[in-house]
Amino acid sequence: MRQTRAIELGTGLFVLLGFAALFFLVTQITSREFGLGSSGYRVTAAFDQIGGLKIGAPVSMAGVTIGRVERIEYDFDRYQARVTLRIEEQYDRIPEDSDAGIYTAGLLGGQYVGIGPGGADVFLADGAELQFTQSAVVLENLISKFLFSKAAEEGAQ
Amino acid sequence: MRLARDLAASLLAAVRSVGGYTLFAARVLAAVPGALPRPGLVIAQVYNTGALSLVIIMLSGLFVGMVLGLQGFDLLQRFGSEESLGTAAALSLLKELGPVVTALLFAGRAGTALAAEIGLMRATDQLAAMEMMAVDPLRRVIVPRFLGGVIAMPLLAAIFSMIGIFGAQLIGVQLMGVDPGHFWSQMRAAVEFGDVMEGAIKSAVFGALCSLIAVYEGYHAVPTAEGVGRATTRSVVIASVIVLLVDYLLTAVML
Repeated sequence: MRQTRAIELGTGLFVLLGFAALFFLVTQITSREFGLGSSGYRVTAAFDQIGGLKIGAPVSMAGVTIGRVERIEYDFDRYQARVTLRIEEQYDRIPEDSDAGIYTAGLLGGQYVGIGPGGADVFLADGAELQFTQSAVVLENLISKFLFSKAAEEGAQ
Repeated sequence: MRLARDLAASLLAAVRSVGGYTLFAARVLAAVPGALPRPGLVIAQVYNTGALSLVIIMLSGLFVGMVLGLQGFDLLQRFGSEESLGTAAALSLLKELGPVVTALLFAGRAGTALAAEIGLMRATDQLAAMEMMAVDPLRRVIVPRFLGGVIAMPLLAAIFSMIGIFGAQLIGVQLMGVDPGHFWSQMRAAVEFGDVMEGAIKSAVFGALCSLIAVYEGYHAVPTAEGVGRATTRSVVIASVIVLLVDYLLTAVML
């Protein structure tokens, strides 16, 4: 009887430790946020070019993360990319005429959506659309533009 | 001529053992529902294979993590990106080292014990005696050991990875002076839930494979002292090779 109790105790400790380790790995090592699945409100923005923007990328104002990119799809009516952003509830005073741009964090970092506040008194509500957008900068285009302008300069001389 | 005949015979034997394994696996899986009404047997095996392997797993995890911290720091420092040490250590532990090293240690620590135990039951006719008493040895002996391994392995791998990350942090942050904020925040930003799941799936598959191989080799051991010894050796060798091979396949599929 005593032996089975020792076995049960040992097994219980082992299983608890194992699940504690799994819990630690899921919550502390990953950036997964729980309980945020449907809270907050959604706004959309249409971009000509989203570059390497991915679902789950941060949405930030002045560097503060206020939400995440929830959905990316292609809009065939406007021939633009439509990005759905989920903004957390407490950030509910973003002016209606704010602009959205896609920027890169650091030189090699991931891309994020940056929102610059406008001056309107009316705030964005669920389902609203950001009117002013700035596309992602595609490095290859930039380089090719630079090279072509260089070549054109030399041709003119 | 004789060489060719020997070659053909060993090839045939290899094909036969693959078939034997498949049939045995099917029989074990079919017997799983029959073993569920007695969870005590499974719990005892989780204790035998899991709880008793805890010390070796934790110790190995700590040292593997410390080596990762040292090697990773040396390598990343050359590119001036030692802040990524946390990411590198966490990803390699979660996706590869955790499941694989745990499986190899499991095959050595628990697999051998299983193969020897069942082989000795075979050699001393205990399995035959059970059959005489209309007790299905598959249900009473084999399946609980198989399930115990399947349950214990992902937990052991998770413990290994967790201890390993702390080991890497111990060396990288405490000894080498990587900024702890960068260490943890870069890790959190780069590691995704899918990475943890990948490791868990891998280790569950490895657990099933290792315990299946161990019980198969024990169950089919030649009933002599030498035969039991050989079955024990074979269980470690086959399990180690299969784990590394399947690891490549799983990585290729899930990456």
